[in-house]
Amino acid sequence: MSLSFIIVPMRSLYRTRRLVQGDLARDIALVLLAGGIVGVSFGAIAVGAGLPMWLPMLLSLLVFAGAAQFLFVGIIAAGGNLVAAVLAGLLVNARHVPFGFAVGDVLGSGWRRWMGTHVMIDEAVAFALAQRDADRRGAAYWVCGVGLFVCWNVGVVLGAVAGTALSDTATLGLDAAFPAVLLALVLPSLRDKATSAAALMGVVIALVATPVLPAGLPVLLALLALPIALVLRGARGRADAGEVRESACAAEPGEEASCPSR
Amino acid sequence: MSEQMTLIGAVVVLAAGTYALRACGPVLRERVRLPRRAEEAMTLAAVLLLAALVGTAALTEAGGFAGWARPAGVLVGGVLAWRKVPFAVVVLAAAATAALLRLAGVP
Repeated sequence: MSLSFIIVPMRSLYRTRRLVQGDLARDIALVLLAGGIVGVSFGAIAVGAGLPMWLPMLLSLLVFAGAAQFLFVGIIAAGGNLVAAVLAGLLVNARHVPFGFAVGDVLGSGWRRWMGTHVMIDEAVAFALAQRDADRRGAAYWVCGVGLFVCWNVGVVLGAVAGTALSDTATLGLDAAFPAVLLALVLPSLRDKATSAAALMGVVIALVATPVLPAGLPVLLALLALPIALVLRGARGRADAGEVRESACAAEPGEEASCPSR
Repeated sequence: MSEQMTLIGAVVVLAAGTYALRACGPVLRERVRLPRRAEEAMTLAAVLLLAALVGTAALTEAGGFAGWARPAGVLVGGVLAWRKVPFAVVVLAAAATAALLRLAGVP
């Protein structure tokens, strides 16, 4: 009983290591490194703005969502209202609701699910969705999510302690690297014409809404394009979608009942 | 001191709310067995959100235009990714493009 506490996580760790190697491991490692550097800048910016050293650390540990943390710290540093800062942060994080529906199946159950929920972050979701079979989806999600949690928090502590050494990540071009990471990961899905048409529409909606709506809301409005994508996909043959689904089924025997019988 | 407690309270509320938002999907999914079409729709929704994040993060900053260097970097990364260049090259090229343009004085 007490041994299984050690053996079960060890075994799943070994399995995860086997699934995430080579290119995928290197890709995730690069994102973790970049995440750590942005963490350093977040810690340094927060302390440099005159906020207590523990604030960026506590936020990174408990909230763990980059965009919301930058916004929260920005509002407070500017002398803004605490309630406004919390609401702004929650609005930016509202996108995790649809994300949770999309990747909820990789989280497992019990303590794993509670932990996996906390590390649900854009990059982990994108890495998971970019994998073809179910096992690799889960492995990519966990390695990226937990890895980023560690690197981000270590980075924030370093930045908060070291101060303003590296507060401007724009000189390194990291502000361009993160959208590029997400773009590279969603690109395979965008090769489907209906999806790319809807995505383009969603991007336009979000961009038009950005100057007039509070942060977080414009991105959510992109979901208005979802019915269009579904109609377009329904009208066409569903051949390629079925193909992807089948490879997922092959990797997950327990799910066979829900697979198309072809 | 009480000001510090209020600040901690705000962080805890934001953390609890964020966790609740993240937990919605995994918890509700377990209750209801979803038809295949709904699963596809959810994956599609995530793709649309990620694409919108790419668009807004590449082009805007605090509600305004982010300048040319950043979208140029993301565009270079996107073209390379489309041509199936390895991921690491895509990301490093995006960062390098933006960094070099800034070095050259492009905002």
